[in-house]
Amino acid sequence: MPPAAIEVEDLHKSFRIPTQRVDSIKERVVHPFSSSSFRELRALDGVSFAIEQGEFFGIVGRNGSGKSTLLKLLASIYRADAGKIRMAGRLAPFIELGVGFNVELSARENAVLNGVMMGLTPQESRERLDAVIAFAELEEFVDLKLKNYSSGMLVRLAFSLMLEVDADILLIDEVLAVGDASFQQKCADAFREMKAAGKTIVLVTHEMATVEEYCHRAMLISDGQIQYIGDPAEVGRRYTRLNFEQGSDVGGAPTSEGDEVRLLDAWLEDEAGERIENVEQGTPIRIRVELEARRDSPGVGVGFILANADGVGVFQFGTEAIRTPEGPPDLAAGRRVRIEAEIENPLNAGRYFLHCGVNRVGGGVALYVHNALDFVVFGGDQHSLGVVSLPHEISATVEPQVGGR
Amino acid sequence: MTTVPRPAPLRDVNGPSALGGGSRRFFDLLRLMSVTEFKRVYFGTVLGYLWSLVRPLMLFAVLLFVFTKVFKVGSELPYYPVLLLLGIVLFTFFQEATQNSVSSVVAQEGIVRKTQFPRLVIPLAVVLTALFNLGLNLVVVMVFILAWGVDPMWTWLLLPVAVALIFVFAAAVSMALSVLYVRFRDVLIIWTVVAQVLFYATPVLYPIEYVPSTYHHLIFLNPLAPIFEQVRVWMIEPEAPTAIDVVGSFPKLLPTIAVYIAICGFGAWIFRREAPRIAEDL
Repeated sequence: MPPAAIEVEDLHKSFRIPTQRVDSIKERVVHPFSSSSFRELRALDGVSFAIEQGEFFGIVGRNGSGKSTLLKLLASIYRADAGKIRMAGRLAPFIELGVGFNVELSARENAVLNGVMMGLTPQESRERLDAVIAFAELEEFVDLKLKNYSSGMLVRLAFSLMLEVDADILLIDEVLAVGDASFQQKCADAFREMKAAGKTIVLVTHEMATVEEYCHRAMLISDGQIQYIGDPAEVGRRYTRLNFEQGSDVGGAPTSEGDEVRLLDAWLEDEAGERIENVEQGTPIRIRVELEARRDSPGVGVGFILANADGVGVFQFGTEAIRTPEGPPDLAAGRRVRIEAEIENPLNAGRYFLHCGVNRVGGGVALYVHNALDFVVFGGDQHSLGVVSLPHEISATVEPQVGGR
Repeated sequence: MTTVPRPAPLRDVNGPSALGGGSRRFFDLLRLMSVTEFKRVYFGTVLGYLWSLVRPLMLFAVLLFVFTKVFKVGSELPYYPVLLLLGIVLFTFFQEATQNSVSSVVAQEGIVRKTQFPRLVIPLAVVLTALFNLGLNLVVVMVFILAWGVDPMWTWLLLPVAVALIFVFAAAVSMALSVLYVRFRDVLIIWTVVAQVLFYATPVLYPIEYVPSTYHHLIFLNPLAPIFEQVRVWMIEPEAPTAIDVVGSFPKLLPTIAVYIAICGFGAWIFRREAPRIAEDL
C-alpha cells in the first residue's frame, strides 16, 4: 500500500453562530448578555480518513454538510477544535474559485506573493511568473490591478498559480472547469498530467459526474460525519439518495414512500440521455421519474408542479393516466415504470423545484413528493425580471400627422 | 511541473497561527508585503512618496506658526522648531503605523480566508512600511537639525534605541488593534480619538518642564512620553531633564516601564489567541 499523503483522525469543528451578531462595543455594552445567545453548529463531528499518495480523492456532500469546513481545515485556514491532521508534503489550495488575492495589487505582485505564501522563495516565485501568466493567458494584463479583472480572468490566474507552485497535494473546491472551452481543455490536460505525475489531488464538489470521471476513491459527508468512503460510483448513488431523502422532507408530510407506489428516482437528462444536475436556459427540460408499484393497481396518473425558488408555482402539467405506446401498463406489485416528460424551457436563470404527484386512476392522491427535483437554470441574462422569458415581438408605427402645426 | 513525487514524511497540520511556517518564509512574506504595502499607499497618488514627507511637514509648519507667533510659548525656547519637527516625525510614525494597522487584517480578507500563512505578517508589514517612511523622514530632520546649529554628539547614536522602543510599542498596539477590529468595528473610531489624546500626552508640542510637576507622573504613564523626552536629551539638548530627572529617580520610572511591558504583552497575547480564528470571524 502506498504511503499516506493525508491522515485525518477524529476531527471535530464547531462554529458559534450568534443569533444576533454583536459587532460593536456599544451593542455589547447595551446588551451585555446578548453575546451568550448563540447556537453551536457542529460542522464536523469525528471525521477520520486517510488519503494515499498519488490518489485522486473526491469529497462529496450537500451544502452545509461540512465538506468546505473540512477543506479549510486541511488547508490550515481554520483550526480544528479536536483531532489531528497529518500531511506529507506541500499543499496548494484552490478554495471558492480563488487562491487568495489582494485586489489592490497587480497580477504580477499577487503571483509573487502567492508563490511565497506557498513556500517558494521570492526568487523562485518570480522565475515562475512568466509561466503562470502564460498559462492563464493574461500577458497583456500582468500589471493591471486585480480589481479591474473580470471574474473569468481571476479564476484563470488563480488556477494557473495553483498549478505552478508545484505542490505535492492539491486541494480543489467546487470547480474543475473554469474559463472558456479552450482553457477548460488546458485544465483537463494539466489534471491528467498531475495525475500521471503521481500528485495527490483532493476534490470537493457536488458534481457527481466529475467525481466518477476523475476520482480513484470518494467520500460522502453528511451532517459533519462520513457516510461512506470508497467507490466513486457508489458514492454517487448514495449521494443521489441522500439528496432525495432530504429534499423530500422539506415539505413535511409527503414522502417518496406511498402505500401503493414508491418513487425510486427522479432526475434530469440532456439530449444525449446523460444525467444532468442543471439545465441551460432555453434547452428543453427532460424529466425522468422511476416509480415502483407496491400493490396491484389499475393504473396511475402523474402530475408535476414546477415552482421557483420563492415557492411560487410556475407551471403545472400532468396526465390522468399514464400510457405506454402499447397502452395502459399492467401495474402489478413490484413492477417499475419509467416516466419521461419534456417541457419547453422559457425559465429565467435561477433555482427551481419540481414537485411530483401520483394519483389513482379512479381519483385520489397515491403519492406526493415535494421537491422531487431541485435544479438550477443557468445562462442567459441573469438580471432579467420575472420568472420566464416569453417569445415576444415589439413593433411601432408612426401615426401620419393630421393637419399640421 | 512533472516532478517525480518524493516520499515526504507526514507532518502535523495545526491550523493557522500568528507565527509558524518557518522563519525564512515569515521574513520573505514580511518583506514582500511591506514593499507591496508601501506601493499600495503611495503609487496610486500623484506625489507618491513625497506625501509621507509633506504631511508631517505641513503639520509642523502650522504648529510652529501657532506656538511661536500666536501663543509665543515656543519663541522662548531656542531649539523649539527642531524639537517640534523631530517630535512630530517620530509621533507620525507611531500614529501612521497604528492607524493603518487597525483595518489591515480585515482589508486582507481575500488572502486570510483562502491561504495559510503566519497572520502576524499583516500588521507587522504595515508597521515596517511606516518605519521605512520614518527612516526617510529622519534624513530630512537630521539635515534640519544640523542646519539649525546643533552640534553632532555621540548620543545621536542612541536614536536607534529610542526608535526601536517606539517600534516595538507601535507593533504591539497594532497587533492588538488589527485583531480586535475583526470583531469590533468601533476600534477604528476609538483609536482615532486615543491617538489624538496620546499626541497631547506626549511632550511634542511643549517641553516637559512647562507642565506642572504634579502632572508629570500622569503624563509619564504614557510610555511614549519618557522615550520622547530622552530623544530630546540625546539629539538636541543634552542639558534638558532626562526621563529619570522628570520623575525624580529610576524606581519612579518603573510604573511607566510596567505599562510599556503590559501593553506589549497584551498585544502579543491577544494576537496569538485570536490569530487562529481570524478567518472564521471575518
